[in-house]
Amino acid sequence: MNKKIFTVTLMVLAFVVGVAAEAKTFRYSTSGDILGLDPYTNNEGPTNTMKHNLYEGLIHRSYDLSLHPALATDWKQTDDLTWRFNLRKGVKFHNGNDFTADDVLISFKRIQEPASNMTFVVKSIDKIVKLDDHTIDIITKDPDPTLLLNLPNFWIMDKEWLEANNAYTIQEGATVSTFANLNVNGTGPFMLEEWVADTRTVLVPNPNWWNTPQHNLTKAIFQPIGNNATRVAALLSGEIDLMYPVPLQDISRLESTPGVTPLQGPELRTIFLGFDQHRDELMDMPGSGKNPFKDVRVRKAFYQAIDIEAIHRVVMRKASKPTGLMIAEGINGFQPDMNTRFPYDPAAARKLLADAGYAQGFSVTFDCPNDRYVNDEAICLAVVPMLKRIGIDAKLNAQTKSLHFQKIGRTEKWNTSFYMLGWTPGSFDAHNPLLQLMTLDGEGQGTWNAGRYTNPRVEELTDLIGGETDVDKRNSMIREAFKIHQDDVGHIPLHQQALAWGIGDKVKEVKQRPNNDVDLRYVIMK
Amino acid sequence: MLAYIVRRLLHSILVLIAVGFIAFSLFTYVGDPINNMVGVEATEAEREWARKALGIDDPFPVQFARFAWHAVQGDFGQSFRLSIPVETAIGDRLPATLELVFVAAVMALAIGVPLGVYTGLHRDGAISRILLTASLVGISLPTFLIGIILILVFSVWLGWLPSFGRGATVDLWGWESNLVTWEGFKSIILPSITLCLFQLTLLMRLVRAEMLEVLRTDYIKFARARGLTNRAVNFGHALKNTLVPVITITGLQIGSLIAFAIITETVFQWPGMGLLFLQAIQFVDIPVMAAYLCLVAFIFVVINLMVDLLYYAIDPRLRLEGTGHAH
Repeated sequence: MNKKIFTVTLMVLAFVVGVAAEAKTFRYSTSGDILGLDPYTNNEGPTNTMKHNLYEGLIHRSYDLSLHPALATDWKQTDDLTWRFNLRKGVKFHNGNDFTADDVLISFKRIQEPASNMTFVVKSIDKIVKLDDHTIDIITKDPDPTLLLNLPNFWIMDKEWLEANNAYTIQEGATVSTFANLNVNGTGPFMLEEWVADTRTVLVPNPNWWNTPQHNLTKAIFQPIGNNATRVAALLSGEIDLMYPVPLQDISRLESTPGVTPLQGPELRTIFLGFDQHRDELMDMPGSGKNPFKDVRVRKAFYQAIDIEAIHRVVMRKASKPTGLMIAEGINGFQPDMNTRFPYDPAAARKLLADAGYAQGFSVTFDCPNDRYVNDEAICLAVVPMLKRIGIDAKLNAQTKSLHFQKIGRTEKWNTSFYMLGWTPGSFDAHNPLLQLMTLDGEGQGTWNAGRYTNPRVEELTDLIGGETDVDKRNSMIREAFKIHQDDVGHIPLHQQALAWGIGDKVKEVKQRPNNDVDLRYVIMK
Repeated sequence: MLAYIVRRLLHSILVLIAVGFIAFSLFTYVGDPINNMVGVEATEAEREWARKALGIDDPFPVQFARFAWHAVQGDFGQSFRLSIPVETAIGDRLPATLELVFVAAVMALAIGVPLGVYTGLHRDGAISRILLTASLVGISLPTFLIGIILILVFSVWLGWLPSFGRGATVDLWGWESNLVTWEGFKSIILPSITLCLFQLTLLMRLVRAEMLEVLRTDYIKFARARGLTNRAVNFGHALKNTLVPVITITGLQIGSLIAFAIITETVFQWPGMGLLFLQAIQFVDIPVMAAYLCLVAFIFVVINLMVDLLYYAIDPRLRLEGTGHAH
């Protein structure tokens, strides 16, 4: 009798499971392929997104940017510099190896190899101490309030796998291709089935994942499609289920076509303009001995000459959020009441220029990328006549991103007078843009501060903010630093660009992350 | 004959060296690959390390000598973008481009030549006029526009054919092929039509012009006078003589098809060498760009050599000239 009940139950279960297990394949696409599978190289958008599906860190950042335990179950700060992490037990890598503290230690060592591009994630950590197989102490060099914010990007690799396959050395694209760049062994919710470069990446769910999947996928296929029109066509024809970015002019088309929906949301990237504030003589005014951008009135005149609402309406087709701060809402340290702009006022701008002694205006080269941000060249083209109206003759120099970033970067010694740049803080914290864009007096600071803006108090505050763990004190320091920068008109913030994803109707639900990546954990098909 | 071939080979080697040198010297102007590789958060020390590891800061003669020395041994280095050897990257994509070009060339020849003959024989017919006007469209519409229109009609509206990629390929001893199954063939139809249209119209007009020219000649008149059938005259004699310029043009066009199917490949996301080259330019992937340009130069040189030898074989007059010095 028992045996019969058992058999019947088994059959019913098999039937139920069989019905529920129909294939749910999710096909998605963006413009570029991933650059490699080694988690510590290629610090680049789509590549990092793919790594999140395959590898995990001690902490997971959810789609609403909140932090959750992942490979660590809990943590507490035991003193100023020490954090104790309890590691999750029973976690296995894709090949069945156990996850222990040894894996964390070797990952920490490997991520600091010279050829690694992700060293910045663990920059503040002095050492990691193993207490037992599932407990570690992370000790920082100085008090670091952003340690937890960076840990989601510290992906853990398997020690035995690295040793068995001689895969410890990281390759900087030079002599030999590495095992770690072509193969994956992580703890993440998906495993790699195959990667054909520039064609497709196929992922299957990890049956031994420690967490309960929220998704219902049986397979995910990522296929890059470079051409915008072809990508839109592939979505419309039903060959793919999700694609991004949707060109702005196609959004209304997607809205009116049955079977596809555009999904728009705020992105964390802030687009801004900067000026050369350090050369004594502006490069466009040789022989004059003057640099107009050293005068705050000139900078403010430029700011007030720009009609950001017109750009929002016409150039960005309302897919942007004009901003007065260098960071977006959602970034740690965002101050909503400080997010105001100087008003658009060409008459006031002309007066400011006249007061500064440039009533007849001047000529300046305007450096812009043309294939990096949403409608970047179009925005610059719109700014040029706005400046002309106040007497400034801006000569637009729009180039492909490889040339633009070389020109405004350290290699060419910040060879620009007036430029456009966009920035998303990798740690989602305000200290990052302060460090990289608005200061320059320390080692590694101001790499992208192409105008060399500096203010002694802002420099001082940035150093303090880097080590202040009291949240209220830190926030008030951030406020002060931003206020000084705003009054100085160190840069002209323009807007946050909006994300635009196109979704096919086989997708029931997908969560859009503000840093524009598709986390397969949250994709549910119908 | 042998002396001729040897001379041509030596010329070819000179051409290859010159192309390599010019291409390499242009790479100082294409932008900074380091930023694309290490990302925005990298420190100055990390960038310096990467520069040294890749030898980007070495003076130009050193870099070129290193590149040439390795190239001669068949080693073109590692792709900056894909982190695999360049030979592997190009080798993986060569079948895709070659198949696309093959199908496009066959279509262009199979449709272009008969249409050219037809319009040549019936020069004032209504159908001929329609074909010639339509051919203007094929020549003047840009390739990407043709591609997008085909995608719109056949993928989005009708849903008959896939809009991108190679789809289901079959692995024939390492060569991924679209031509073995119907599923695979569906993916190659739209890209090859897009690619062949220009060649097709070109061939059609060329063959037509040549046919008109040849049909006026004396020996054709005499052949008709002797009572040969129309078929014997048109195809046996006239067509054969139109083929010499057709072969030259086809040879040159195949070379440019292989090298520059870039636009078709980008529209259809066809993973061939053209797409690889475009992506290499955007990423500033210098090893791939250098290897690709050398490969393209090599292909052109080989094809030109083959065309010249084919001339030699087809046209008896050339053979006589060569041997006529002794007297």
